[in-house]
Amino acid sequence: MPKRTDIDRILIIGSGPIVIGQACEFDYSGTQACKALREEGYKVVLVNSNPATIMTDPNFADRTYIEPLTPEVVSRIIERERPDALLPTMGGQTALNIAVRLHEDGVLERFGVKMIGANPEAIKKAEDRELFKEAMERIGLKMPQSGFARSVDEAMDIVGRLRYPVIIRPSFTLGGTGGGIAYNREEFMELVKKGLSSSPIEEVLVEESLIGWKEYELEVMRDGKDNVVIVCSIENLDPMGVHTGDSITVAPQQTLSDKEYQIMRDAAMDIIREIGVDTGGSNIQFAISPRDGRMYVIEMNPRVSRSSALASKATGFPIAKISARLAIGYTLDEIPNDITEKTPASFEPTIDYVVVKIPRFTFEKFPRTDPTLTTQMKSVGEVMAIGRTFKEAMGKALRSLETGRTGFNHVIRKDRDSVYFEPTQAERDEIASMLKTPGAERPWYLAEALRAGFSVEEVCGLSRIDRWFVCQIKEMVELEAALKEASKKGGIIEEELLRRAKSWGLSDAFIAGLTGMDEASARKMARDRGVEPVYKCVDTCGAEFEAYTPYLYSTHEAPFFNIKGAEKRAECEANPTDRRKVIILGSGPNRIGQGIEFDYCCVHASFALREEGYESIMVNCNPETVSTDYDTSDRLYFEPLTFEDVLSIVEKERPVGVVVQLGGQTPLKLAVPLERAGVRILGTPPDSIDMAEDRERFDSLLERLGLRRPESGTAKSKEEALKVAEELGYPVMVRPSYVLGGRAMEIVYDRDSLADYMIQAVEASPEHPVLVDKFLEGAVEVDVDCLSDGEDVAIGGIMEHIEEAGVHSGDSACSLPPYSLEEGLLEEIKRQTTLLARELRVVGLMNVQFAVKDGTLYILEVNPRASRTVPFVSKAVGIPLAKIATKLMLGRTIRECGIKGDLTPPYVSVKEAVFPFVKFPGVDTLLGPEMKSTGEVMGIGTDFGWAFAKAQLAAGSRLPLKGNVFISVRDEDKPQILDVAAEFAKMGFHIIATRGTARYLNEHGIEAEPVLKVIEGRPHIVDRIKSGEIDMVINTSFGAQSVKDSYSIRRTSVDMGVAYVTTVAGAHAVVRAIRSLLEEEFAVKSVQEYHTETLEKTRT
Amino acid sequence: MRKNKKAYLVFSDGTVFEGHAMGKVGESAGEVVFNTSMSGYQEVLTDPSYRGQIVTMTYTHMGNYGTNPEDVESTRPWVEGFVVKEPCPWPSSWRYEKEGQTLDEYLEHRGIVGIWGVDTRAITRHIRERGAMEAVISSMDDNVERLYEKARGLEGLKGKDLVKEVTCRKPYHWQQALWELEGGYKKGGEAAYRVVAYDYGIKLNILRNLVEAGCDVTVVPAWMPAEQVLELNPDGIFLSNGPGDPEPVTYAIENIRRLIGKRPIFGICLGHQLLALAIGGRTYKLKFGHHGGNQPVKDLKTGRVEITSQNHGFSVDVESIKGIAELTHLNLNDHTVEGITHREYPLFSVQYHPEASPGPHDSQYLFKRFTALMEGQR
Repeated sequence: MPKRTDIDRILIIGSGPIVIGQACEFDYSGTQACKALREEGYKVVLVNSNPATIMTDPNFADRTYIEPLTPEVVSRIIERERPDALLPTMGGQTALNIAVRLHEDGVLERFGVKMIGANPEAIKKAEDRELFKEAMERIGLKMPQSGFARSVDEAMDIVGRLRYPVIIRPSFTLGGTGGGIAYNREEFMELVKKGLSSSPIEEVLVEESLIGWKEYELEVMRDGKDNVVIVCSIENLDPMGVHTGDSITVAPQQTLSDKEYQIMRDAAMDIIREIGVDTGGSNIQFAISPRDGRMYVIEMNPRVSRSSALASKATGFPIAKISARLAIGYTLDEIPNDITEKTPASFEPTIDYVVVKIPRFTFEKFPRTDPTLTTQMKSVGEVMAIGRTFKEAMGKALRSLETGRTGFNHVIRKDRDSVYFEPTQAERDEIASMLKTPGAERPWYLAEALRAGFSVEEVCGLSRIDRWFVCQIKEMVELEAALKEASKKGGIIEEELLRRAKSWGLSDAFIAGLTGMDEASARKMARDRGVEPVYKCVDTCGAEFEAYTPYLYSTHEAPFFNIKGAEKRAECEANPTDRRKVIILGSGPNRIGQGIEFDYCCVHASFALREEGYESIMVNCNPETVSTDYDTSDRLYFEPLTFEDVLSIVEKERPVGVVVQLGGQTPLKLAVPLERAGVRILGTPPDSIDMAEDRERFDSLLERLGLRRPESGTAKSKEEALKVAEELGYPVMVRPSYVLGGRAMEIVYDRDSLADYMIQAVEASPEHPVLVDKFLEGAVEVDVDCLSDGEDVAIGGIMEHIEEAGVHSGDSACSLPPYSLEEGLLEEIKRQTTLLARELRVVGLMNVQFAVKDGTLYILEVNPRASRTVPFVSKAVGIPLAKIATKLMLGRTIRECGIKGDLTPPYVSVKEAVFPFVKFPGVDTLLGPEMKSTGEVMGIGTDFGWAFAKAQLAAGSRLPLKGNVFISVRDEDKPQILDVAAEFAKMGFHIIATRGTARYLNEHGIEAEPVLKVIEGRPHIVDRIKSGEIDMVINTSFGAQSVKDSYSIRRTSVDMGVAYVTTVAGAHAVVRAIRSLLEEEFAVKSVQEYHTETLEKTRT
Repeated sequence: MRKNKKAYLVFSDGTVFEGHAMGKVGESAGEVVFNTSMSGYQEVLTDPSYRGQIVTMTYTHMGNYGTNPEDVESTRPWVEGFVVKEPCPWPSSWRYEKEGQTLDEYLEHRGIVGIWGVDTRAITRHIRERGAMEAVISSMDDNVERLYEKARGLEGLKGKDLVKEVTCRKPYHWQQALWELEGGYKKGGEAAYRVVAYDYGIKLNILRNLVEAGCDVTVVPAWMPAEQVLELNPDGIFLSNGPGDPEPVTYAIENIRRLIGKRPIFGICLGHQLLALAIGGRTYKLKFGHHGGNQPVKDLKTGRVEITSQNHGFSVDVESIKGIAELTHLNLNDHTVEGITHREYPLFSVQYHPEASPGPHDSQYLFKRFTALMEGQR
């Protein structure tokens, strides 16, 4: 069928900020959709509140709205843009929910917007569990026994008919939020209550648990002519009971016979037809009984998903791009396969390798949360690795995680010298319990169990992990033992054994650790024996057709030869070109502190290289990203970002240089070792990076420049730390050197806390000293991103943080331009930034964090690399900083890049952080120097109030326009809260305050109703928040006790979805935002229009 | 455990892949082809169409769920050799009931020589570039020069009648229907059509599908004269798949010619090629054929695309049947003929395998089309 001509403008809704369960996979899919639709000649209108995405780059849509993702805002955009169609399947659950609301509210009908890709009926049928279940019954498929409950009583009725354990799933939530597994009545009651409250329709599903069943996913595509293909099968290593986002998953499926697989395939086709997904991709999950193969349908997502991103990367079949084409009327056979070029997309990819995905967790950031893996997703990122066999892929995935592990490292008696060991009873118990309870560490305990003499049957019995996987890992352990044995016999490891080790995915570093040599020697040993990686193509077809797209992975394959004299060697398909080329190192798995922002930068580097006539080569291992789309760069190496793997690619490709400053800490860590190995690092020299990170060198640099930073000292022991702190005076900020995202960073108010901290922190990283800084209480923090070509420096943007110093910059909201700083100070900030960039010989990007206290400027940190705020600044000022930085690294000057004058825009942009607290029950929501946010949103407005209001709305904070405001602040903050309270009162809010605050307010003429603190009896403030009487919470605390006392207020606010602020500055901002919302009509405007305004301003 | 003994795969062009022994320790020869199915290795092994061929599996893990008595397409494996990257010594499946039936053991017990630990992707690319090629697998001779000489001396499949090696000796009756998750193979129900199936190397799942579609099936040897077949008074005649080149199977072509117009005929794979030859068409050898479960075929009548299971090295020349038969199905990868129907007589055939096994079930409707044709001709 030809493409539709009855539509011209298409609206795409993005997925908003990165949260657990919805990450950059939707930037990948949305970007693909935008590209595909525009290539077909359609006009694309895009809305997404997340500035860190590639899709919101002004070049990717005709009109880009960085506006809050709410049905109200989107309907305003529809009213303004009048699109003909809405494609709702690219932005995850967020987009789907908004689309359904727009349909139900009649907005789509009113403005004549057609939904394409999925229709409202199909979405409803797939998402509403009752309807879905009926549909499955109609086509003869089984689902677990279950029932829906809208109250605790109804739930009790249902569970009476089932046997524990049972699963509780709230209806219409994201990533299974609020769900869980109950093993007894007590747990059940608790989970039902939580589930009911987290479901927007107050409904939960109570379901027979299939714990221990095998879990599978199929990625299905359907076109308008009812052609259906299965793109990929995925088998979860972790059996049912663990959210698929938290499971290790493997493609293709491994343990189903063809007869069973085809039955599942038939079921998937029946399902997509019955549900009525007209065109596009769906993800369908199945559970299979390991005992008799019985098959249950678990659920279906009628849209692209995390799994579809994975499946696209795993097979080379771009699901989102093809879904977009199908949505506008093409059929699968009309769309060519990009990789083979000569064959159509109406086929099923076959792969000749194994793909392993491992989730990345950050439980260390949320120490009070339960780290057990359940049906609610908790991971923040993932890595994918490709190998010819499961073992190779597994080994590569393990080292891709960047958790400091190089493979299946020992977790019991970590430094023991033997592979096998005799566990003590306590160790046996520990292993058994770690196998039984799924957690982030289970894979390593699995290997350890096999080393500790557990039988395969025991391991399978405890973990319910399929024997096939357990045996694979057992073979890896046996290989370890063989290597150890060989190394003991004089250290000579023969070619065959070494080749096997490498082809089974063992890293050089792991082999080195096992055989008592260093990594370089392990590498040399392998090379001396002719053992080196070769590269193979991901080609969708198992080599049946020639691949034209260089999407590559490394493997250690068996060499072969021709009898007529050709040399014996393994086949490598990399075929490097003779072009001038540059390698970009990506940022690896998403984690808190390093996420999509860096992928955005890397993708821009690729664009820059193309514009400058270089071949762009991307290296990354994160399947969610745009950077790992084979369409983004000229060549893609889907590889771990380790020294070993990167150096091998460099040796193969021989690039002009490597870009390390755009991918965050991951590539930065490799800069010095790569340079030592003779690799040219483009841009800022690695020595400067070291200078900025090394405290002593940095101090002397500041001294040279006459710049100031908070007084500080370095401590290598607890005693030293106490001494330094005594000299500086409390409070102090302490942290281990070389950390990212404020890991283990803390503000310490007294001697005892410092002593406690030193015991933990020094254990956390023994080889690095601890830094002790004077903490500048109440200071304003400022972030600056700048560009430098080595001579000239251009300030990209100056951002003033809303939250005071002490809150990690990644967690703080900020405003561009600054909203309270004086012109003179801004000039001084620019002067100091310029000085630093020159002194550090920065070529590319640099970020400086300042603190302003009592009019004095302090330098907190200098990062000679792209920072988290680069995409935000780029979008705020309309200049692609990362792209220009790359051009500077290639030798262009700032002048040549056309950057001149003041870039400050005539409007205000506010960035706000988004937190995963909802997913981590029990965790305190108080912000501090340790970063906890997973994502960010941007609000743009004519003034600060509007920009902040939009940012809050986008972050999901429901700012009230009337009602009750609760205020409780520490004594120091009381004078400053008066304005806030007065403003609220003026706007017609009723103020409720704790006794002290209330008295203070009353004394100053502001009416406030007193309320009891939690420790003062009932009904107290938490009771009132719970009963929905409070619309806004303003609560600041200081010191350990006060923080503890106010914990339940913050936590309850999060759980109840009540807007809250924990800083005075935040409260001021909120007041301005509410005033804007009350006084003016909400207006939307596209980024393209904003940027034109900036351009015009610069011109005049 | 996997066998550690050295083994070699030596091509007639002198390319030598060194790996380890699998299955029977010995030596064998054949034309090397690659199969892209990710599951269903036991069905592949037992497909008689692979007579004369060494099969390389492009997916790297084979034997994951072991072998079992059900997943067979004939009474024994027919491949001349089996080439895999990594065989599994510890299968995992509820269907794997009996120990001692790992892929390696299965091949060993049935006398099939295999090799593992070779770069199967490199082999696939080699075949893709140079075409299907003769080779020797040996796990008993490590003199590669000698193996090369043997490989060079091998004759290709062209012009060779392999059907006579795989067809049944005498007619038999078939009653088993399709496999189900609960209960395994069903027994056929009431049959409405009597079908005689020529066995040129028939896959059992074709028979199961015919039974499922309501046929009473009698399987007869490839050489059975047309007259004898008609004496059985069938409602329709089925022409099966089979190995190798259709041209030298002249007796089959002749018998088919005598049956045309007498009864509805349905042919699959080799049966399709023989039918094309019988109506005056020509066939030719493909560079490396189609072997796998993901080939897109378009039904030109409905415009719908089926994902099909395929296994053939020869193809019907579309020009040669112009005016006689109509092209009904087209391969979307290389635009070769996938199905034809006669302009005058009630007969149709497809190049691919609607019976799947291994592979997708998209094309099972063809068996219904056959019964409908028989119904219409009564």
